[in-house]
Amino acid sequence: MNVLLVLPIAIPLATMAVLVLSWQSLRTQKVLGVGGAFALLAAAVALLVAVHRHDIVVLHVGGWPAPFGITLVADLLSGIMVLLASLVAASVSVYASVTVDEARIRFGFFRLFHLLMMGVCGAFLTGDVFNLYVWFEVMLIASFVLLSLGGEQGQLEGAIKYVTLNLMSSAVFLAAIGILYAATGTLNMADLSLKLRNFPDGNIVSALSMLFLIAFGTKAAAFPLFFWLPASYHTPPVAVSAVFAGLLTKVGVYALIRAFTLLFVSDTEFTHTLLHVVAGLTMITGVLGAMAQNEIRRILSFHIVSQIGYMMMGLALLTPLALAGSVFYITHHIVVKTNLFLIAGIVEQRFGSGRLDRIGGLSRSAPVLALLFFLSAMSLAGIPPLSGFFAKLILVRAGLEAGQFGIVVAALVVSLLTLFSMTKIWAEAFWKDPPTDADEQRPAAAAHPHRQLRLSYAPIIWLLATTVTIGVLAGPLARLSLAAAEQLLDQNAYVNAVLESHEVPQ
Amino acid sequence: MDILLAITVGGLYATGLYMMLRRSVVKLLIGLGLLSHAANLLLFTAGGVVRGRPPIVPRGATRPPELVADPLPQALILTAIVISFAVLAFALVLIYRTCQTVGTDDLHDLKATDT
Repeated sequence: MNVLLVLPIAIPLATMAVLVLSWQSLRTQKVLGVGGAFALLAAAVALLVAVHRHDIVVLHVGGWPAPFGITLVADLLSGIMVLLASLVAASVSVYASVTVDEARIRFGFFRLFHLLMMGVCGAFLTGDVFNLYVWFEVMLIASFVLLSLGGEQGQLEGAIKYVTLNLMSSAVFLAAIGILYAATGTLNMADLSLKLRNFPDGNIVSALSMLFLIAFGTKAAAFPLFFWLPASYHTPPVAVSAVFAGLLTKVGVYALIRAFTLLFVSDTEFTHTLLHVVAGLTMITGVLGAMAQNEIRRILSFHIVSQIGYMMMGLALLTPLALAGSVFYITHHIVVKTNLFLIAGIVEQRFGSGRLDRIGGLSRSAPVLALLFFLSAMSLAGIPPLSGFFAKLILVRAGLEAGQFGIVVAALVVSLLTLFSMTKIWAEAFWKDPPTDADEQRPAAAAHPHRQLRLSYAPIIWLLATTVTIGVLAGPLARLSLAAAEQLLDQNAYVNAVLESHEVPQ
Repeated sequence: MDILLAITVGGLYATGLYMMLRRSVVKLLIGLGLLSHAANLLLFTAGGVVRGRPPIVPRGATRPPELVADPLPQALILTAIVISFAVLAFALVLIYRTCQTVGTDDLHDLKATDT
């Protein structure tokens, strides 16, 4: 059973190795890239089932017991995150095999893609702060190359901003690790949880928590550290933007949740009040930024920022229901946001531009696409039968129960503004008449034949089906999120599971 | 020794941040390099600088007999140096390509991806 913990890291690594060996054949690269992603999906499903059945699953790599060796831990939150990551990987790899151009695939698109997945899954599964740093770096270096692969001017400019800010946050993270080690003498998260709980000097813990907040907040694109995101996410090919939009900021959110439910819970008055303010400001600035934009992918990029605020809101309230809301929101957001980026990509491929003033009338020329976009956008805005509604409902209810009316009002207003800017895309791109001088302004549509593009609808349709399923099965999923949240708040269970399991792998 | 290292770390952070705030892309890269060195040295200093022996436990004993150097910060720094070196090398290539493509090294001119 414990081997399941290694699989989400080993499968992308193995896929990458095989891809390196088969660099000559474009077709093999595509088949292996997609196949590896689906194998990862299967492993993630098995892991989540195992975690659901056996509570917290722990593996001490190399047989060294907990505070000394490297530990891999999966609780329900990790299991859910790995499953979502692999779902995104499977969808985007199918999409990428159709839409990413030959040169990029030859240069190693799928290898980097699987390296990225390895970093993401490693970050979700590690039980050690320094390993978290290492997995972050694995993920970052892959994302740097994916972002700049192709070397177009916009990509390079976006990459400089992205690289600089992420390196800054890594430096802060590393410094925080150094001080943490000096203060406690351990880097294992379970051990840290024990030691920080009874730490004599509260000021050092507060200072450390702020360093971690800055480091993870930058990666999660929280206010006021989010400016790298809208500057870079719309520049690479759509497959890359979609996987970034779906996953990378959520790794930062995951790290925030882990740090602020397991490590820094001794002075919630200070840390979680600050998180509360940051969450509210992130929501508002993100959505206001989105309203000022005029290109589909830029609007969607700013919406990522605004929705990071919702996820942090649940963390800031720190009640079981609120954390369940965060988990549910992350689930919903990863699926819907990836899907919206994929749809934006098809719009760009078929109509040559994502700028709202250059396109129009897509509801008549591409009715299926219009329907797919409409459902995903309404889900993002939180219209009832779809997944976003339940995610927001749980958060709002948790906020009301906690008596935090300010953030509830902010969440509701931001929700309304989200609906407004989704309607803007709908009205401009799909509803209004196409611009009359379109022929002169329109850049040449991408060279992909229409028949090939048909396969790229498949991931969009099943991601949409997932969104609808999340809406239909909201009850069971909310129960799962609640179980994950209760597990997060029960630090002793985590600590005991990690420190007292002495199973040596066979 | 600790005080000297602390001053060095502070100096590196200050210079690194100052360089990053300049307009030139090359200075940005130098700033990033200094910053990662500062973080590594901070890790090293905070881990405790002692004039000790390698942490080898004699056969039969459960703990080393005298003062030993803590190997963990060194292991951490080694990993961190490898990572930051690789990332900086990538950033250098990225900046070289960007200067070639955009034709400037002024950060204020990199506005194509803003609104």
